[in-house]
Amino acid sequence: MGIEAIEKRQGAALVLPALLWTVAFFVLPFAAMVWISLGHLDGREMVPGPDLGNYLRIFTEPALSRGIWVSLQITLIVTVISVALAWPLAWIIATRVPPRWRRLALLLAVLPFWTSYVVRSYSWALVLGQKGVVMTALVGLGLLDAPVQIMATRAATVIGFVHFFVMLLTLTIYSNLVQLSPNYARAAEDLGASRFQVIRLVILPLTLPGVMTGAFLTFVLCIGDYITPQILGGNNELTLPQLIMLQLGRRGDYPMASALSVVLMALVTLAYAACARWLKMERV
Amino acid sequence: MRLTTSCAAAAVLAALAPTAQAEELNALIWCDHADPALLEPFEKAHGVKVNTKEYEGTAAGLTILEQSRPGDWDVMVIDAVDVHRAVERGLLAPLPAAEMATADYFPQVVMAANNSVDGVTYAVTEKFGYNTIAFNKAAVDPEDMKSLKTLFSGKYDGRIAVYDYYLPVEGIVGLSQGIATRDLDAAALERIKAPLFALKAASKQVSDVVASQTALATGEVDVLVGGGEWLTAVLHAENPDLDWTIPAEGGLLWAQSIAVLKDSKKPELALEFVKYITSPEGQARLATSSCYWGMPANRKAGAQLDADQKAVLRWDEQDDYLARAQLYPVPDAATDAAMQDLWTEMLQN
Repeated sequence: MGIEAIEKRQGAALVLPALLWTVAFFVLPFAAMVWISLGHLDGREMVPGPDLGNYLRIFTEPALSRGIWVSLQITLIVTVISVALAWPLAWIIATRVPPRWRRLALLLAVLPFWTSYVVRSYSWALVLGQKGVVMTALVGLGLLDAPVQIMATRAATVIGFVHFFVMLLTLTIYSNLVQLSPNYARAAEDLGASRFQVIRLVILPLTLPGVMTGAFLTFVLCIGDYITPQILGGNNELTLPQLIMLQLGRRGDYPMASALSVVLMALVTLAYAACARWLKMERV
Repeated sequence: MRLTTSCAAAAVLAALAPTAQAEELNALIWCDHADPALLEPFEKAHGVKVNTKEYEGTAAGLTILEQSRPGDWDVMVIDAVDVHRAVERGLLAPLPAAEMATADYFPQVVMAANNSVDGVTYAVTEKFGYNTIAFNKAAVDPEDMKSLKTLFSGKYDGRIAVYDYYLPVEGIVGLSQGIATRDLDAAALERIKAPLFALKAASKQVSDVVASQTALATGEVDVLVGGGEWLTAVLHAENPDLDWTIPAEGGLLWAQSIAVLKDSKKPELALEFVKYITSPEGQARLATSSCYWGMPANRKAGAQLDADQKAVLRWDEQDDYLARAQLYPVPDAATDAAMQDLWTEMLQN
């Protein structure tokens, strides 16, 4: 046996555990979920498929299909706002905060991760309420005549999400920024670029991989989240995870819950493909 | 050295002995049964440990049972109107009806038709209450709450929360249209669609128990459709203005039952637990559980409750309330699916 063949066998042997792990804990459960999604509920009993009835319902019944659009809209809004807030924050921490204070700044940035997700969401419910801190302050300062409703709206859901994901994005963008050599900016300035041009034409494109990684993570975590829209959205519109929970908790309709989950995974896969193909995430 | 070894061995045995002897009872419950104040007297009296797992909604409970091994669970708390569903699946063991304390019950909540199948008793009612209208009387005129029509009048638009459970709320909306809960069929669902959507439009939120309590307690909303003593009683000490009533059109009676599971490996102990829960002491503790309050099914629990607790539970008004309340809808599978579809459509509208 030649050295090349031996190396190939060694490589296969090294990959095998990870491959088996993926097959056992992802491929097989996913295949089971797809198979269940092709069944349907007859009365209160599950009938195995295959039929595409659940998928047909998802795309033809307004109450279900709207869940896809609501999820996509909220996720895209959250991702864009989070990136817009996180990039300047990461840039300030990486370039303007003195090195000895950076660790503290990062620590403060990740503090929200230390609290329970559910507790944080209920805290936002209190803050955003008509008698909460925000409305009391705005009315007290004379900026509003009367409290406006934020709690139990899409805005509350977006605020709850953004609070969490800005921190996540800040970390991914910061890790990208600190790896950049300062010589890029110096070279651009030597060639006559203004400070703003340096950021826009040099620094920002170079941090695109970090931005895209964070944006993709934000997309995945946001579109699959149940807690925040459930607590802050007031059930005034339903996202895909909320629809999935309704099928599981109330109806015991595992086929429909599985079909909705497959649609959710398809959306995530499309998002990954877009990030990898057009937005240079593969460079990370 | 030998003495030290002997002492150590004795200490290890002494430490292990209670653990080895302690029996465990596994209970699939609603959150009110997880209160240590309820479980401790039984655990001490029988030298056992009660392990609990909370669930919400009969479908979730039945799913847990079907995904467990036979014998994993000994007792189960279940919505009284869903006992037949569990019996149909062969999950419940018959109970010795003569040994149950139902003779001491409020007669309306014995609910023999719901707790028995073909004359065999499979469960006993343990607690009940009402899904009706809860409100903050400091912000709402209590007179307005005497009719469900107020909800659709526009007076309280944006100040209403709806409890996120389709069965009682669709039942209440049915009552507002003069439809009895037992008559909620496909045709009736068409009739309640418009008022249900109007109620959603007038509401600020449709929320679960905790979010509804938070909204009512913080003044985010002033009226909760579907609420009742089970939701306001635990907040009464903090805010005595939180109140509830049964309007002229009526309210819905909720009732929870307790049953022994057919595959239990400790049926005698499980039966003892059922007897304890339905005894006056167990009933009083269950009625005032830290998770939520509700009326005890056993009248004799009244002797164990103080005047304040009875006032919060509206003990003296139960005869009138029971006369005016209707049971939860008990839809067949097709109607249940239609009711849930309507609920999803309402939420997404």
